[in-house]
Amino acid sequence: MNSSLPAVFRIPRRHAPADAADASDSIRTGETRIDPEAVLEIDGIRTVFPGAVVVDDVSLSVRPGRTLAVVGESGSGKSMTFLSALGLVAPPGRVTHGRVLLDGVDIARLSGEALRRVRGASISMIFQDPMTALNPVFTIGEQMTTLLRAHERVSRSAARARAAGLLERVRIPEARARLDAYPHELSGGMRQRVLIAMAVALRPKVVIADEPTTALDVTVQAQILDLLADLQQETNMAMVLITHDLGLVARYAQDVAVMYAGRVVERGSLERVFGATRHPYTQALFRSIPDLEGEPGCALHAIEGNPPDVAALPAGCAFEPRCAMGRGRANCGSMRPPLVETDAAAHVSACFFWHSLATTGSA
Amino acid sequence: MLFQIDAVSRSFGAKHSVLRSKKPVVQAVDGVSLHLDAGETLGLVGESGSGKSTLGRLAVRLLEPSAGRIFLDGVDIGTLGGRQLRAMRAQVQMVFQDPYGSLDPRRTVGAAIAEPMKEHGAWRADGPAKVRELMCTVGLNPEHATRYPHEFSGGQRQRIGIARALALNPKVLVLDEPVSALDVSIQAQIINLLGKLQRERQLAYLFIAHDLAVVRHVSHRVAVMYLGRIVELAARNSLYASPAHPYTESLLAAVPVADPAAARAKPRARVLGEIGSAANLPGGCRFHPRCVRARELVARPGSANRATIPIRPVDTRYGPLPHACVHDDPTLADRGDGTFVACHYPNAAAAA
Repeated sequence: MNSSLPAVFRIPRRHAPADAADASDSIRTGETRIDPEAVLEIDGIRTVFPGAVVVDDVSLSVRPGRTLAVVGESGSGKSMTFLSALGLVAPPGRVTHGRVLLDGVDIARLSGEALRRVRGASISMIFQDPMTALNPVFTIGEQMTTLLRAHERVSRSAARARAAGLLERVRIPEARARLDAYPHELSGGMRQRVLIAMAVALRPKVVIADEPTTALDVTVQAQILDLLADLQQETNMAMVLITHDLGLVARYAQDVAVMYAGRVVERGSLERVFGATRHPYTQALFRSIPDLEGEPGCALHAIEGNPPDVAALPAGCAFEPRCAMGRGRANCGSMRPPLVETDAAAHVSACFFWHSLATTGSA
Repeated sequence: MLFQIDAVSRSFGAKHSVLRSKKPVVQAVDGVSLHLDAGETLGLVGESGSGKSTLGRLAVRLLEPSAGRIFLDGVDIGTLGGRQLRAMRAQVQMVFQDPYGSLDPRRTVGAAIAEPMKEHGAWRADGPAKVRELMCTVGLNPEHATRYPHEFSGGQRQRIGIARALALNPKVLVLDEPVSALDVSIQAQIINLLGKLQRERQLAYLFIAHDLAVVRHVSHRVAVMYLGRIVELAARNSLYASPAHPYTESLLAAVPVADPAAARAKPRARVLGEIGSAANLPGGCRFHPRCVRARELVARPGSANRATIPIRPVDTRYGPLPHACVHDDPTLADRGDGTFVACHYPNAAAAA
């Protein structure tokens, strides 16, 4: 029923089913594509650790040439969702449900060599801390040629030449000389450029950037993200930008998913999520950040309390204890609100009372 | 003037090279002066490597300056010793970025908050009551005094760090990236708490941060540091509305705004490359290798018709640049109205 929808998908049109688990089971049948135009579709992923569900029925998709921003605080499950999708969850963690479709092929069922070929070649990931993602005892050139030769049959010298070309592409000055540098000899920004060069080396269809600039200065952050946006334009790759910075989302993404306590609570186009917010958590996030325009010095609208512990979630809505809007309202404390379509196609919210935000005006 | 830093410098690496190795001297802070009044927040921004954290550590005397003086209430701290120095130190306290790293995991939170009072001989019979009062002040439940740091969330730990810093009734707090390790929703709580404490106690804050939006929100005046120097210092509104130094302009241009239309309308990054090394400073203006304005001046000399110094391009390894930028080190000059800038070709609009 949702096949005609753009970008965002799988929207139960029913309102507040009594049992959320039943509802999601009935939707997830068959091998149908959720969004035929998407290159990566994550469908109902659920990841558990002993005593906690850290990713709970998360569905996301991204189309070629577009950037999906996944926003959330620490512990919201935003990184874990994509580690799960790539089969990188370490025991005792376990992915128990869900499909991960890359061009319609379920890679969640792959293992061993087949999965390894997908990772790096078709999907690659850029992590927050480039120092730990690079091996300190090998030169940049050695690490890049190893990557290229692991996926393609190329000679050592040809791989080295390509590595130099890649470093030039990510605008590293004196690229050829840098091949013989060790990671510690480069600045943080340069190291992140090296990782980007490695991430795009095999022309992947999807690049997942997990807080790629959190460790960097604001000037370097802009350079790195502008570079990624340029590479995306050249290659039409899809990008997932995992971040807590709403400013970066506004500048670099077209689609947005907001996560809280392991679930997607709001999802839609950038214009909708930012301009016509339909979840009280998203709205509270916007109000709590100081910006360069607002009235300085006055009290910020802080979100009271702390992010929830996923090992001890309340029975109802996970945001209910901190929610200024829903507190005390019927259902919020006892029932989990499902993701439902709001007043715009492909804009979904997991709030029983998203209407209140629509009528009072938001953003 | 409550607190004053006067021409303070700090270098690393020189004296300690025992074997006369070629260890370069790093001039982390180079002749910085600033002052704080009671109840005032001075924001200190800059990239990592700019020396802003070193300056914070000098202010609380976790580090000794290589040169320069620090005054509290008009008294030169450097001339004090023993008991007097201790008393002065109690007046200037620090809050760190990582509250977990600055708390002993084996001591209860109550003991952690009591520690400064005990260390400074200020522990009296009403000590436990004071600890409870401090916990209330920073929004912690005083019944949790017997718990350990790991039982608290990041935001609560930062509250513990603030309670510790307040234990000796200081006049000045140096806040080194106090909210940058916290989740977005928690940052606002801590910023609001700091604002409340400042109003109640007339505290002076030196607020060190890299987040320009947060600094704008909390500061009355803002100082911008680059490679050990202050390059611009101005009242908040004038600095954000019309930055005079090209580095300030670049920093502001790089801040992403959470509004899709404004974000796309914003010009792209206006700074070249990355911060240099304080161990290998460029000659002339320290910012010239990265300065976009210097290049624009050479490319379009007409754009600098108000410039008092002739542009006279010279060719350098960074391309053609104005002679003054390459050869003369600009000093931090008063432009009137409390605005200071260290640039040969400052933005004229800022003076208006």
